[in-house]
Amino acid sequence: MTSTLVYLDVIPAEGLGKPQLELLAAGRILGPISAAVVTQPSDAVVRELGEHGVETVYTPGDADLSGYLVAPQAAWLAAVASAAQPGAVVLDNSFEGKEIAGRLGVRLDAGVITDVVALEGDGTAHKTVLAGSYEVSAKVTSPVAVFAVKPGAAEAAPAPVAASPAVKAIEVPEGAFARAARITARTDRPRSGRPELTEAAIVVAGGRGTDGDFGPIEDLADALGAAVGASRAATDAGWISHDFQVGQTGKTVSPQLYISAGISGAIQQKAGMQTAKVIVAVNSDPESPVFEIADFGVVGDLFKVLPQATEEIKRRRA
Amino acid sequence: MGDTLKIVVLVKHVPDAQFDRHIGPDRTLERSESILSELDEYALEAALQLSEARGGEKAGNQVIALTMGTPDAANALKKALQIGASSGVHVTDEALAASDAWATSLVLAAALREIGDIDLVLAGMASTDGETSLVPAQLAERLGLPQLTFASSLEIEGRTAVIRRDGGTTSDTVEADLPAVVSVTDQINEPRYPNFKGILAAKKKKIATFSLADLGLDAGQTGSAGALTRVEQAEPRPARTAGTIITDEGDAGMKLVDFLAAQKLV
Ligand SMILES: Cc1cc2nc3c(=O)[nH]c(=O)nc-3n(C[C@H](O)[C@H](O)[C@H](O)COP(=O)(O)OP(=O)(O)OC[C@H]3O[C@@H](n4cnc5c(N)ncnc54)[C@H](O)[C@@H]3O)c2cc1C
Repeated sequence: MTSTLVYLDVIPAEGLGKPQLELLAAGRILGPISAAVVTQPSDAVVRELGEHGVETVYTPGDADLSGYLVAPQAAWLAAVASAAQPGAVVLDNSFEGKEIAGRLGVRLDAGVITDVVALEGDGTAHKTVLAGSYEVSAKVTSPVAVFAVKPGAAEAAPAPVAASPAVKAIEVPEGAFARAARITARTDRPRSGRPELTEAAIVVAGGRGTDGDFGPIEDLADALGAAVGASRAATDAGWISHDFQVGQTGKTVSPQLYISAGISGAIQQKAGMQTAKVIVAVNSDPESPVFEIADFGVVGDLFKVLPQATEEIKRRRA
Repeated sequence: MGDTLKIVVLVKHVPDAQFDRHIGPDRTLERSESILSELDEYALEAALQLSEARGGEKAGNQVIALTMGTPDAANALKKALQIGASSGVHVTDEALAASDAWATSLVLAAALREIGDIDLVLAGMASTDGETSLVPAQLAERLGLPQLTFASSLEIEGRTAVIRRDGGTTSDTVEADLPAVVSVTDQINEPRYPNFKGILAAKKKKIATFSLADLGLDAGQTGSAGALTRVEQAEPRPARTAGTIITDEGDAGMKLVDFLAAQKLV
């Protein structure tokens, strides 16, 4: 059993979110856990962390790390690690999570494994590589291991034995801000109210074939409780924001069901979705490469097929 | 001039993602059909634009392409020179094989120190083989430089670099003083292709080659000996095969829902 430090980004006002609870659960696979929380947690959050097995909660005291890009966070996390002496550190697999993981790896002389989809108790990490074409298991050979873990790698659940955590402030090391990049402006991106793309069980994605009208994609997504995704052709055209892009340079998704509509299925698009359990494609061109990987394919016009499917789902649910 | 820039662009020689890629029995990637990583072309383009806006090479700006890899990896440098880089640096040594991000950033940091007086280190958002995005952050940590990563735009104002970074929930403007490490996404520009003039000009450009010893490193620190991660197993995922394909005859939406129902997805 390796004692594990779980790094948690800002905690939402309403309490720990599902991704954060999943990270704690992933940490518990390796052994007893403590948490490094970048903002001062409320008493309610401390209690919740305890219910999920956290034995000690580390905070950066009064220091505000929010205005900087990852260098001070990594410096602080390294300071926490030298106090907590964990055998492993678990972070989320966001841009920031991976980068803090990378910098921490340098500070602690620790190997880093990113994109982890499952962890085993002995520290074996599982991931898919080469655009979803290989499954590998890997291990860290240094005394401390750093894992950046994807959503869904472990199921969010309270710990078998709750803890009542002590809260300890660890100062941010002097000089941590000196060479840090400063965030000088921040705009929130509009929220859709739909499930988060990378966490959704179902994704309905549209491409150039929508010709800019994502209505049928959105309607089907809402009937299925799904997230909306897009190809790069659709995001490049400005029809939908770049955050919705699935693929090599967009998001990687592994849902139960991926419905691809008006997307040709170029290699860079496949890279982001071919680990989906079931793939359904609707495309007017029977030669589209997406049909090579679709479990169910419809050669047809998405403007006819999707609305009909949406109506039929609503009818069956009624 | 003070206004000129010395930029190093990290370029990686990677297996072409357009073809099937394979992990060999030794659990390392087969690298025979390799090319300059597509995602590094955006970094090179960004560097060339910054240089050209300041009068290019004639005015004293430098765009140096840096790679670490097998002797073949010189091909990635040659392509970068054809596209417009002013010179190349190739770190090559048998002991580099099977380096992980930790070992790679160690070697690249040593090479960057050797090159010296750098204003900007530019990289792609990820390599298209390992895809970890760890190296730019690790280089910044090793060199004590600010990192500006996943830039979808980049400007240099005086001695300050300003980027836009689009994260999951926010879009941020981030800035830092030079020298800095910057990684760019494919949103930043349209990379140019090498033209005939560029291909000819590249023949006269220099590539410097460094071994580990040249960089003051020894074999135990890099490659499979120095890596801190180890692949235990690598299995190809079974290739997906085509399932049922139907042509819409007016009822394909219903059939689609029947399929979903049969799969218990609705
Ligand atoms: C470095 C790099 C990174 C990239 N990263 C990504 C990435 O992350 N994600 C990504 O998606 N792409 C990425 N791409 C782009 C990728 O190569 C393709 O260009 C892109 O995926 C094509 O999008 P598309 O399928 O929507 O458009 P197209 O290839 O134009 O296909 C549109 C499809 O819609 C069909 N269609 C048209 N009208 C209808 C209709 N009414 N009903 C049904 N079907 C219709 C057509 O038959 C066609 O198959 C990247 C490219 C590069 C070079």
